[in-house]
Amino acid sequence: MSLLDTKPLIGRVEEVGDRIALADYESGGGYSGARNALTQMSPEEVIDLVKDAGLKGRGGAGFPTGMKWNFAKGEPLTPGPKYLVCNADEMEPGTFKDRYLMEYNPHILIEGMIIGAFAIQAEIAYIFLRGEYHDPYDQLIRAIGEATERGYLGTSVFGTDFNLDLRVHLSGGRYICGEETALLNALEGKRAQPRSKPPFPPASGAWGRPTIVNNVETFCNVPAILRNGSQWYQDLGLTEDAGTKLYGVSGRVNNPGLWELPMGTPIREIIDDHAGGMLNGFKLRGLLPGGASTDFLVEEHFDLAMDYATIQSAGSRMGTGTMILMDDSICPVDMCRNLEHFFAQESCGFCTPCREGIPWVESLLTDIENGKGQPGDLEILDQHAAYIGGPSNTFCLHAPGAMEPLQSALKYFREDFEQHIKLGKCPYRSRTESPASSD
Amino acid sequence: MSESELVSALSAEEISEIETEISHLPDRQSAAIDALMIVQRHRGWVSDESLYALAQLLEMSSAELDSIATFYNLIFRQPVGRHVVMVCDSVSCYVMGADQLAKKVQDTLGIKFGETTEDGRFTLLPIVCLGACDRAPTIMIDKDLIGPVDDSSLKDVFAGYE
Repeated sequence: MSLLDTKPLIGRVEEVGDRIALADYESGGGYSGARNALTQMSPEEVIDLVKDAGLKGRGGAGFPTGMKWNFAKGEPLTPGPKYLVCNADEMEPGTFKDRYLMEYNPHILIEGMIIGAFAIQAEIAYIFLRGEYHDPYDQLIRAIGEATERGYLGTSVFGTDFNLDLRVHLSGGRYICGEETALLNALEGKRAQPRSKPPFPPASGAWGRPTIVNNVETFCNVPAILRNGSQWYQDLGLTEDAGTKLYGVSGRVNNPGLWELPMGTPIREIIDDHAGGMLNGFKLRGLLPGGASTDFLVEEHFDLAMDYATIQSAGSRMGTGTMILMDDSICPVDMCRNLEHFFAQESCGFCTPCREGIPWVESLLTDIENGKGQPGDLEILDQHAAYIGGPSNTFCLHAPGAMEPLQSALKYFREDFEQHIKLGKCPYRSRTESPASSD
Repeated sequence: MSESELVSALSAEEISEIETEISHLPDRQSAAIDALMIVQRHRGWVSDESLYALAQLLEMSSAELDSIATFYNLIFRQPVGRHVVMVCDSVSCYVMGADQLAKKVQDTLGIKFGETTEDGRFTLLPIVCLGACDRAPTIMIDKDLIGPVDDSSLKDVFAGYE
């Protein structure tokens, strides 16, 4: 049995023990899925297969990939190109899975994109890569060169009449570029401000043309589905969600890192068996299951399965599946201040609740942390979380995402907030430490 | 050659790289970010003179181009030092002591965030999550990702960058 049977994403990396070159990738069955799709199947059959497999988007939202592709299939309404875009703008705090895939297994991303481009019949594809990812950039450029040389990219892909030009756009920065319509504006050379929706990108995306945007890990799941079929893929998952997932853990554990495990692996198993449990002397109080913009989970949730539906039913989101642990030495108020500082800074500034509201929340949290909290402040925070985080008050989900950790912290760690105001200081902060700053 | 002469216009090499980008795009303005980053790769930053020349090349207003340049944090509209040091201040690094590390970095370099050392060697900037949270706390110097950073070894780390 090959590692690839249970770890289609990075099993080959573990077998080779290093970054995989084209020859290593192909000797593990690499590019046979794309070759099969392009030479033996119709685009509709590819879409149906991905739909049947139950693949859901790995960028955070969990939208069914086959259904998304279906929106852009067939002839466009007006003549002109369609685009396929890979969202490789990995900037969700606590998330480091796409970097690993691109650095260690760039060909699996390229193969997934070839299959996706064929499925929607897009002959131009972009990888939108965050500007700080220098090493992934070098690996992708190398891999694209190798694939082009072998006839897997460029004109007549695999000898068929399908052409594919795959290009890498290196971003100029900013978290908001990860929002897919902001990403498309950035790709067009504009400021990365999210667009009003509808229209959604499959109808009108890059340069007004039909465009499909998928996350790196999503594309990386596709080659094995083509190779092994939809039933095999569904059977990989432990719960109702299919496939495997790159789960990650950061924080005070013995072995922080990233593991490809069956979808639906319980939280506690990921932390104890894979991340090696908490460092001696630290106790786990709470965690953000899938990046900075997901609600806190606490002790009562740690036996839950990490899949889309289960984490949602617990009031949070699986998000990117890379969890950030809060141990008992961390002040929940100050951690929220850190999170809201990030969201305030990264707001694109277009919608008022986001531009004005998040800095206000940050400043209130800074005051509470520094012992200047007033009675009534928590109610103001509750109101802001509800209003700023409310649906349809902003073009995109930046502000609602920013409020997820705050609203759940106010619920689960309320005593900590109240104690700060009552004591007039942070109980976690020693007298010698300087106050929290909001700049 | 003085600095003002250096930045007075675009080099033939820069123009050729920018035209290559444009050739893959539906219109010239779509290359705005690529063009700004090409100039920065050659000169370290984007001066007003470069910006005016670029706007002309891309057939757009300099105000529009500046609104793009100033939106993106990795495009520098002021000169930077020979090396740019970026310290992650996002949540995973925060949990692993990024606040203390940030203080130590400022003390070691003798500058605050947003400043450049007098000898022009280092510019210090905060940065959001660098996507290496299993190696927190992290910093990036130029293209090098470093982590986990032991703040007692900072002097040795910086010594590698002349």
